Amino acid sequence: MSVITTIEEESRKNLSTAKFQSERKIIQSAAVPVELENIDTDQIIPARFLKATTREGFGKNLFRDWRYENDDENKPVQNFPLNNKIYSGKILVAGKNFGCGSSREHAAWAIKDYGFDAVVSSFFADIFKNNALNNFLLPVQVSDAFLEKIFNAVKKDPATALEINLEEQYIKIVPTGEQENFEINNYKKTCLLNGYDDIDYLLSMKHEIETYEAVRN
Amino acid sequence: MGKTLFEKIWEKHVVKQIEGGPSVLYIDKHFIHEVTSPQAFAGLEKRGLPVFRPQQVVATADHNVPTLNQHLPIREELSRKQVEKLKENCAKFGIELYGLGHPYQGIVHIIGPELGVTQPGMTIVCGDSHTSTHGAFGTIAFGIGTSEVEMVLATQCLMQSKPKLMRINVEGTLNKGVVSKDIILYIISKISASGATGYAVEYAGSAIRNLSMEARMTICNMSIEMGARCGMIAPDEITFNYVKDRKFAPHGEDWDKALAYWKTLYSDADAKFDTELNIKAEDIEPMITYGTNPGMGIGITGRVPALTEISAEDKPSYEKSLHYMGIEPGAAMKGKKVDYVFIGSCTNARIEDLRMVAGFVKGKQKAKDVEVWVVPGSKQVEKQAIEEGINKIFEEAGFMLRQPGCSACLGMNEDKIPAGKYCISTSNRNFEGRQGPNARTFLASPLTAAAAAITGEVSDIRELIND
Repeated sequence: MSVITTIEEESRKNLSTAKFQSERKIIQSAAVPVELENIDTDQIIPARFLKATTREGFGKNLFRDWRYENDDENKPVQNFPLNNKIYSGKILVAGKNFGCGSSREHAAWAIKDYGFDAVVSSFFADIFKNNALNNFLLPVQVSDAFLEKIFNAVKKDPATALEINLEEQYIKIVPTGEQENFEINNYKKTCLLNGYDDIDYLLSMKHEIETYEAVRN
Repeated sequence: MGKTLFEKIWEKHVVKQIEGGPSVLYIDKHFIHEVTSPQAFAGLEKRGLPVFRPQQVVATADHNVPTLNQHLPIREELSRKQVEKLKENCAKFGIELYGLGHPYQGIVHIIGPELGVTQPGMTIVCGDSHTSTHGAFGTIAFGIGTSEVEMVLATQCLMQSKPKLMRINVEGTLNKGVVSKDIILYIISKISASGATGYAVEYAGSAIRNLSMEARMTICNMSIEMGARCGMIAPDEITFNYVKDRKFAPHGEDWDKALAYWKTLYSDADAKFDTELNIKAEDIEPMITYGTNPGMGIGITGRVPALTEISAEDKPSYEKSLHYMGIEPGAAMKGKKVDYVFIGSCTNARIEDLRMVAGFVKGKQKAKDVEVWVVPGSKQVEKQAIEEGINKIFEEAGFMLRQPGCSACLGMNEDKIPAGKYCISTSNRNFEGRQGPNARTFLASPLTAAAAAITGEVSDIRELIND
């Protein structure tokens, strides 16, 4: 448990600045594999935990119902990867169609708050992807084949480091050197690298928005 | 080259196109509710910003509210605080709130159309994935996260990349006992829970055109369950007649002007889609889901796929899902016992859904061991149900008519299905724990749910109704 607490505390510190630090252009870390498809946002953070009115503290309930038996924190499900001490790190790796379902941004907050900086999958649901990007949590989409390579490498040696380079848009399995490029649109990449929010940009467009409204009416 | 319905509306709302990036998209209407808005308002306060266009925002309380004794204070403290926070924020920022006790209160995707706020040709967003519902009117409507709620509150705009376009044509006549919920469950079962990710979907074809607005909303509502950014249907006379004379619909000269524009909203004959899918209405049976995502559905007489039909890659997820559901691979769904029946949610809690259920159950009794909850989508639906005597029919059948809210669709309030129990539900998601920790959900149409309420097991509605 102490390891988890440390990660949570660290991530909260990071959240308070709420920016993707420039030194994070490269994330190098071991990974936590959750080898399941169609992981929906109700699993990431069940609805009963959405009653908070702030953005903090969701990490402790990340994957709540897969992590604990009968909702009991004293009964961690031993074989669930978040409870398995052999896995650690800032990268979550999951099966295809990650983040489907509800639009709750709490899912991205929970993953970030727990201490992850990136999620790797072969397919992401749209709204989750946007929510992740808006919280400087990097969604890295790889091919099915590369995802399988990552799962195999991490299962074989849980200490396997992955390297995600945002600037050059690649992800590498460090010990083997195998790598694959990933897509991200240039606008979002610039935002992440420089710590810009969409809202900053939109606010700078106020005048153009008002002109649009005037012309339209 | 011609344009699609989606392109016509999209292009009219682009304030600015960023080269090689997203568009700044103008949003006409913004619905908010208590769960996904508080952090957005907090963000505005932190930045010292007002709401840019408060008159284009409509608020209601739905996700958290109890569905019994709504006149009393909410018992659960966190829920109460969240609902109070919404009230406080709406008062502070000048937003109209249809909160608990208001005659217009209800599920956000039910009240928007009901009040005539939702109109063809608009862009509509809400911090809720089922915002796709409003696409039934020929609007671009989609769910957003809380950071985006903050952006729209602050600027009435969003940064959006244009999705790819898919058209799904459903041609022909629906079989007896088959309704719009079956059409969409059938489509999702064919293309999977991620089959439309990255697309805006237009539903077309004679079987769609013949549907009422309520039935069209059910289809568009579940577009997100196959990953679609939004779902939409071209507006026609059925749409115009539905909107006309509603509270916030245009009137007089404004109506004529709006109508002339709305009539231009259809995909041109030579418009191009990235993908097209053709479905025969005759192929669709009443549907039921057996697994833990909405793509895991079959016809009511079908069998759950055997393990030999599942690819090696999909097998771990498939087995986990069936284990959770307590269902054997290869099993029949018909005859499976149910403990609860939930008729409600933004998918199927409109007056037409309640009428459909009442028409079938009139004079019948629910099965002894089954608990049946009917949760109307709004105060107006509830009122209408009472005026039409539908409440009496439910009472005589042993169904419990509750008060409006999202209720057991997502179990944020007290309406939860107990662990291990089976619920046949007219809602939209059968995810693990969706209706309560370890609850098991079968998604179905209001008719199929009503059939199970009477027989106590998953039943083929066609065997229980006359032609």
